[in-house]
Order: sequence, then C-alpha cells, then structure tokens
Amino acid sequence: MLHTINKSPFSSDSFDTCIRFIQPGDPVLFIENGVYSVQQGNRFSETLAGVMKTNPVYALRPDLEARGIAKIIEGVSTVDYDGFVDLVAEHQVNSWL
Amino acid sequence: MKIGILLKEGPYNHQAADTAYKFAEAAIRKGHTVDAVFLYNDGVTNVTKMMDPPQDDRNIAVRWDQLHKEHGVEILACIAASKRRGICDEVLIEGGEITGLGTLTDIAIRNDRLLTFGD
Amino acid sequence: MENENVKKIMHVMRHAPHGTIYSYEGLEMILIMAAYEQDLSVVFIGDGIYSLKKNQDTAGIGIKGFAKTFMALDGYDVEKLYVDRVSLEERGLSENDLVVDVEVLDSAEIGALMNEQDVIIHH
Repeated sequence: MLHTINKSPFSSDSFDTCIRFIQPGDPVLFIENGVYSVQQGNRFSETLAGVMKTNPVYALRPDLEARGIAKIIEGVSTVDYDGFVDLVAEHQVNSWL
Repeated sequence: MKIGILLKEGPYNHQAADTAYKFAEAAIRKGHTVDAVFLYNDGVTNVTKMMDPPQDDRNIAVRWDQLHKEHGVEILACIAASKRRGICDEVLIEGGEITGLGTLTDIAIRNDRLLTFGD
Repeated sequence: MENENVKKIMHVMRHAPHGTIYSYEGLEMILIMAAYEQDLSVVFIGDGIYSLKKNQDTAGIGIKGFAKTFMALDGYDVEKLYVDRVSLEERGLSENDLVVDVEVLDSAEIGALMNEQDVIIHH
C-alpha cells in the first residue's frame, strides 16, 4: 500500500496519523505541502528517520523545487510525476488528505 | 493499468486539481489508461466554463476539457455536490458530464486504482 | 453495469462534522455505494469520530444534522464500522458517547485492514 501525504506536518496531523497505520515495507510519498516533512533538521526529522528504518520514503521533486527545499533528509528518494505513476502501478493507494 | 481519479477540491484554492492533472498527464504518457476524473465536494467547480483566470495563468477547466477531448478521459461532476454549488449543464464545459455517485462506484469497481486528490 | 467482482472499499472519516462538509458528503457517498454490494467498511480516525458524537443539536447553526443517519447504515448492510482507539481516548470519549455500535480497534489492526483494501477514500 502506497501512502501519500499532502499536508505540512506543522499544520495537520496527517503525517503523525499516517505513520501509526503504515505497515513495514509500505512506501510513503510526500506531495504538495507534505514535502515540508522531508526538509533536513526540522521537528519531524527524527520521527521520519524512524519511519525510514522500515519503510521507503519518497518526495515529489517538482513540489520540493516549487517550495525551495534543497536540503532533504538523507535516504529520501525524489521522484517526478512519472515516478509517482510507477509507485501507483506497483501499489494500491491510501491518500491521507 | 486502468486508473480512476477522485478530485475533492475546487481549482486554484488548493493544489489538488493541479497534482491530479499532472498525475493523469504522466500516467497517459506512460501508456496507462486514465478512465475518469470524478469531481466531488468543491471539486465540482473544476468544470465551469465561466472560469476566466488571468491570461498568464493556467485555465483549469479548459485543461480538463482538453484531457477529455484528446485522451477520452471522462470528466464527471457529482450531481448532488453540483446542485449544492450551482454547477449545472448551462455552465458545464463541453467535455464534462454531471452524473451520480453510482458512477463513482462503477469507476472504483472497474479500475485497477482509484486515487484521491483533495485537501 | 454488472459487478463482476466484489471490491474492498474503505471510507476513512477524518473530519469533524459541520465545520466542513467532508463528513456529510462522505456519508452521502457511503450510502450510495452501499447499494452496490461491495465489501464496504467505514473507519473513524481523528476528528472523524466527532461525527458520531451523541446529543448533537444543530438547530442553532442552521445546518442539517446527520449523526442519526449513521444509525441507518446498518439498514444498508454497512456493518463494518471501526473506530481508532487512540483517537477516541485522546478525545476523552468512549464508545458510550457514540450514536452507533462500533468496533474499537488498535492502530495495528486498522493498519492491517487498510492493507487488504482495493480502494481507500478519505473524507
């Protein structure tokens, strides 16, 4: 199951809520304002590092670029919309709005 | 892969309509089928032809219309949600259609994926 | 259209009622889908739980209440109603505060259910 998160972790509990339910191995993809989650050195970095021990984490590159986020947590993969499509082709989707 | 999309937010106010479009575009480019975009909640306001943004901005309604005309993607607005928000045949883009939630159920059943975009 | 195969469709209620329309229109969607004989479930997580709160009186805000409509789900054969235990407890609520009988599940149980689904729609 692919989980997408589109909210800043500072303004919504989508991030905190989603990670309670993800199963080991489930990929997590941050899109839209969700990409603020993967910026280095923020309040959620430690939690995200914990998630990354068991789950692959992706962020949508055009959304990172649009928000001027260059320094992202090591180990987070970036994908474009084509990569988003590939993830969807591999997994059912749970969009955490 | 056959994909259905559920879009739950109106245009411009939220990025959902843009992400949904970019995703659909990429999926089609990669050879997948995008069966339908079903509009719900304020998402129904994506398909009013009264939309007239500044010249240098994207016209989201026109974009959906083209997606229908060029790639056969059904652009469907929920009738109950549309009635609440004043979306009717008189203001609907040519490539759009107003339909019931039963159609969304069919879309969920007949596609490999149903993706949601919204707030 | 013929329903050749039964799909597992989960609705996740995440919004409080009245403040936004998501919960109400989500319920409308569930009621329609219920007629299609799919394997439906509804999970209440976070503020979504407030939609089930007893004693809601919306007369003063001029918006139609719909908590009672959740009681009708049973009649539509939507019997899989789950509530997230963490969300319930952190709101100081218990099952007795809710208008319908629900099954209260731990995060791991809900996570496992989610992984079985063909379609998940958040409201």
